[in-house]
Amino acid sequence: MSHKHLLDTESHWVTRKGKAYLSDRVVMHNKDLHQELGDYEWLHLYLYSILGRDIGENEAKLLNFYWVATSYPDASIWPNHVTALAGTVRSTASLALMAGMSVSEASMYGRRPEVRALDFFYRAGRWCDDGGELIEFVEREKSAGRILYGYGRPLAKSDERIPYTIKKAEECGLGEGRYLKMALNVHAHLEATYGYSMNVAAIDAALAADVGLNCQEYQLFMTPCFIAGMVPCYQDARDQPEGSFFPVRCTSIVYGGRAKRDWNGPE
Amino acid sequence: MASDYRYHSNIWLEEPEESNPFAAKASYCHGYDVSGQIIPQASWFEYLLLMFKGDRPQASESRLLEKLAMVLANPGPREASVRAAMNAGVAGTNHSSALMAALAVGAGQYGGAQEVSICMRLWQECGQCLELWGNQLFNPEEDERADIWLPMEHAPGFDPNGDRTPAPVLQSLDFLAGLAPSNGSLTWLNQNRATLEDTVGYPLAISGVAAAALVDLGLNEDQGSMLYLMLRLPGAAVHALEQKQMGWKKFPYYGPAIELADDPGPFESSKPEQAPL
Repeated sequence: MSHKHLLDTESHWVTRKGKAYLSDRVVMHNKDLHQELGDYEWLHLYLYSILGRDIGENEAKLLNFYWVATSYPDASIWPNHVTALAGTVRSTASLALMAGMSVSEASMYGRRPEVRALDFFYRAGRWCDDGGELIEFVEREKSAGRILYGYGRPLAKSDERIPYTIKKAEECGLGEGRYLKMALNVHAHLEATYGYSMNVAAIDAALAADVGLNCQEYQLFMTPCFIAGMVPCYQDARDQPEGSFFPVRCTSIVYGGRAKRDWNGPE
Repeated sequence: MASDYRYHSNIWLEEPEESNPFAAKASYCHGYDVSGQIIPQASWFEYLLLMFKGDRPQASESRLLEKLAMVLANPGPREASVRAAMNAGVAGTNHSSALMAALAVGAGQYGGAQEVSICMRLWQECGQCLELWGNQLFNPEEDERADIWLPMEHAPGFDPNGDRTPAPVLQSLDFLAGLAPSNGSLTWLNQNRATLEDTVGYPLAISGVAAAALVDLGLNEDQGSMLYLMLRLPGAAVHALEQKQMGWKKFPYYGPAIELADDPGPFESSKPEQAPL
């Protein structure tokens, strides 16, 4: 390989995604932003920007519910806690929200479990397409030491979002999809065999598979999904006295490290 | 009354002022008095290594980290993370936004911290075995599952857009190897660079040098990734500030360079019918 292909894009970038012809018009995925897409709800437009196609009213309505259903204005939730800390030290709104959004790409919650859960269902689907049994696939994943994202929830035994999400899927005519059934079957097996609960990451991912999102599209779609819950947490801490959001006293740092020692002393 | 909510740390001990439980009278880092001894007596890089590793480092280790920090301090305005910071700086945004932009872009897999992290994992897996490196450089993924990170598109630590090893990379590798253990990663990389480059088909990158140095410092991939992110921020900061001063008129605007293939042209809206005159 070499640098030579860089010469092609040093001063010229060809794209099919879109362009802003300033003072004239804006094109997004072959459509005029203001005239052809101007009546879209913003989230529907966001899906259009990701996919380059109209995903459909019912699909957009269901996916919109993912965001609504994860907008928890509770500062004990870690991304929200970050925004509250930004509020208590009087950082700016954008910095607070971007910090909260970026930490949502976590391993215990948020983007990694979502992506891994969707990937799990697609791989399970291929396994079944090749003649395998779903439960055998689950057991193989488990015996490989892999976390079954979407099953089990660290801080709670059940997930209040699941019945509402399934109800919304049914309302939208999306309650009978292959992957949703798969998610429920996996849960039935894991609950009966290991006592695992299911969290909404499994249901959301399965429905995302049913509407045809790939892992990268799903990651992009979910990235801002906690943001409406972060805003009140930022405001709340911002409106209280500086530094007053759960202040930590010195003795609340429980130290378990080395004893006091002399910088110049022997090790 | 003390709170039920506590954090746990093996790094940091604080003793409160008698008058205020929320103010520290003294802080200890891995057992050393920060204000009383570390600040007056230690160098910045001794303190950094103490924080990351838990013990007072050898002089040779802090010198290696200091020189690595200088190698990484300013990737220059062509580099993507610095360009991101300059994009922030030129428009007069928050300084934090400029550094957040540099961190986000500098976290990537082409020249960024994620590449360094993967490279450090490969050092754990391959050690000083050329045969293992020859295989793993082309198969750096942990497994087949999709992740928030995309699959690597090139051999970690090497530059797929390079022709031959740039002089600063060679100089840095050679110099840092001279400060590192003679049986360490940097020395081995220096001795086997040409062979590895022949295998890969393109030259070593500074990310590969940094990963070897961070391994020689006894750091794991998480620690190395954090340090790599931090150590490249000075360049991002000064170039962001410089562009703020320089002004937007001197800053490139790429609008004319972007060509929309298959431009549908102006949209012809259905105009309301006009009454005949």
